[in-house]
Amino acid sequence: MIRLLRARLHQGHRTFAYPDGPPPPLPDRFRGRPLLAPERCRDGCRDCVEVCPTEAISLSPAIAIDLGRCLFCAECAAACPEGAITWGGDHRLAVRRREELQVSAERELALATALDERLRRLFGRSLKLRQVSAGGCNACEADVNVLSTLAWDIGRFGIRIVASPRHADGLIVTGPVSENMRLALRKTYDAVAPPKIVIAIGACAIAGGPYLGHPEVAGGAGAVVPVDLWVPGCPPHPLTMLDGMLRLLGRLESAGESR
Amino acid sequence: MSGADRFLRTTAGVAVARREIPALPVAELADAVVTACDGGLRVAAWFGVPRPSGVELVAVLADDARAGIALARATLTGPAFPSRAAACPQLHLFERELAEQFGLVAEGHPAPAPVRSQPPLVASAAGAPAPALPGTGELYRVEGQEVHEVGVGPVHAGVIEPGHFRFQCHGEQVFHLEIRLGYQHRGVERALIGGPDRRTIHYLETAAGDTTIGHATAGCELIEALAGTAAPPRGAALRAIALELERLANHTGDLGALAGDVGYLPTASFCGRIRGDFLNLSAELCGSRFGRGLVRPGGSGFDLEPARRERLRAGLDRTFTDARSAIELLWESSSVMERFETTGVVPREDALALGLVGPAARASGVDRDLRRDHPAGAYRDRPVAVATAPSGDVHARARVRWLEMEHALAFLHATLAALPEGEVRVPVGRLAPESLAVSLVEGWRGEICHVALTDRAGRFARYKIVDPSFHNWSGLARALRGGQISDFPLCNKSFNLSYCGHDL
Repeated sequence: MIRLLRARLHQGHRTFAYPDGPPPPLPDRFRGRPLLAPERCRDGCRDCVEVCPTEAISLSPAIAIDLGRCLFCAECAAACPEGAITWGGDHRLAVRRREELQVSAERELALATALDERLRRLFGRSLKLRQVSAGGCNACEADVNVLSTLAWDIGRFGIRIVASPRHADGLIVTGPVSENMRLALRKTYDAVAPPKIVIAIGACAIAGGPYLGHPEVAGGAGAVVPVDLWVPGCPPHPLTMLDGMLRLLGRLESAGESR
Repeated sequence: MSGADRFLRTTAGVAVARREIPALPVAELADAVVTACDGGLRVAAWFGVPRPSGVELVAVLADDARAGIALARATLTGPAFPSRAAACPQLHLFERELAEQFGLVAEGHPAPAPVRSQPPLVASAAGAPAPALPGTGELYRVEGQEVHEVGVGPVHAGVIEPGHFRFQCHGEQVFHLEIRLGYQHRGVERALIGGPDRRTIHYLETAAGDTTIGHATAGCELIEALAGTAAPPRGAALRAIALELERLANHTGDLGALAGDVGYLPTASFCGRIRGDFLNLSAELCGSRFGRGLVRPGGSGFDLEPARRERLRAGLDRTFTDARSAIELLWESSSVMERFETTGVVPREDALALGLVGPAARASGVDRDLRRDHPAGAYRDRPVAVATAPSGDVHARARVRWLEMEHALAFLHATLAALPEGEVRVPVGRLAPESLAVSLVEGWRGEICHVALTDRAGRFARYKIVDPSFHNWSGLARALRGGQISDFPLCNKSFNLSYCGHDL
């Protein structure tokens, strides 16, 4: 018992101050939102397109990246001879509509807006989510789990991962939705009482990730269920996920932008 | 003549010409595998390679005592091959997989069933009806008036991957647990054929995402072997550092989850956070908590400059101190020990017969660790102590994890203190045509075996991935036999196997 108390004292209070205080520091090599400089592109150069594993980059009219497909591997930045692509440290990436993930120098990422007034009244202070892994590699799943640990403690915001879809207000979907999970995902969705929301987390759940185009997968959650929040990354950092969820619930506007 | 004499003897990480591999008649190959396993070898991989005339069967056996591997093959032209699973249980899932991937029949298999409910691997078998979904169709069943059946999954209660578990119970007692997987199948092995290409490394990194470093290292060692090159010492050391950080993070998470499953909340909640702190050390190395981008063919995608190395060492000490304070509480809490001890026992002889690997094998007293037995890269110069425990129960599987964490810490400090100088990555040329290579990496779950065969142009004609979970799911089913169904979550956590690594 003495050792338990000593351990408790040693471990201390570790819940992040965020969003009231600064977010936890991200490492200098963290790859967040990419920064594009189309004026540097040389005519006819396709080096970035050639190395991209998921065909996320398009060049016409100017360089653009589909963050829904992007694996954040940064091969494009390494391949670019002119430095037209660099990887910034901004973790805020979640959006409300799939097409908004298409980013270019002209079109900045439109960060997720809050749910409408009715849903915010229902879910704003209590959102129960059931997680469904459908072909996920356990990286997104692991970092969804992290949100419930005492460092992130999403219970502070009334968000909780629950054991049954019958207890849930919505789903978190990870993975490209394997054909072998398509039915199970649909049934789980149907088992959630309306109104309900769906959060697609990670490149796989958005567009299929590395499995884009495979006949063994449906190519993302959107092929099976309607999606309300898209969180890019492979996997997204827990801070990116939390940022998206808090924006969806309208809980970040008043807390201010701390970066 | 011993069975082992029929094989080509070589080592992991070395390419051999395909024609040098002895070709035997199918039944003789099957018998030679059984004889060799009776003689102490074990099955690392046993799979098919599509050929114009049929299927080439390839056996890859690990000879741990001699740090070697043994290879042999056979060409199958008919629709069936003889099963030896009854004589050599560790073959049972490999044979089922072979049957499923090539539309074959494993003649005499004691329990034929789908492995992943996947379509056949090659297009020649296309047009076959789509496989039934996993968990449907006939499942093994115990009959009797007081026997009842419990089905769980694919969608479970926790944030966990999908799988279906069917228990045959008498009251609380489990007679049999049938595990049906395949929900995570996304066509990894099929898509790797024809590579290496720009997606290859991402398939490797996501084969089992919690083992990004382990699978990527196995794949890159394989590509380097086939290209006749090797990662430079500094690059190899950085990969080993990342592999041990991956082990620390996952073992911490597992020990916390085990504590949670017996209702011991201090360790459960501390470890949940500490696991994240270890992941952050991986992110310090390469920007990704899961090590994405670190392991690349030819070495490491990132270097470790002096200031970063000091940050890593300090972070490692700080995090490990937290881990020790949290985890050592387990061993002196009698309520935890009462639940851990004698729960989910896998006897040593069963672990050997089933071919278990990793901490699950070592917890049943099987002294087996690839870092010592088949060392590659940085492990050649710096062997890691092997942790074993004799009792085969949940406690042993927990204890082995903790001992491995201590050994990993010692390895990390020694490697960080004497990091080789020089470049971290070298260019990798074309792969040798018509060749085969095997790589063996001790990931945190155990043996990761990758095998690649190239065609005439040096492209992958077949790429085989054997995740440790492929061996160990049978161990979980064994651990439940005669146990209580309410112990399932605890037993399951004590193995913590991968669904996606199995389903591929």
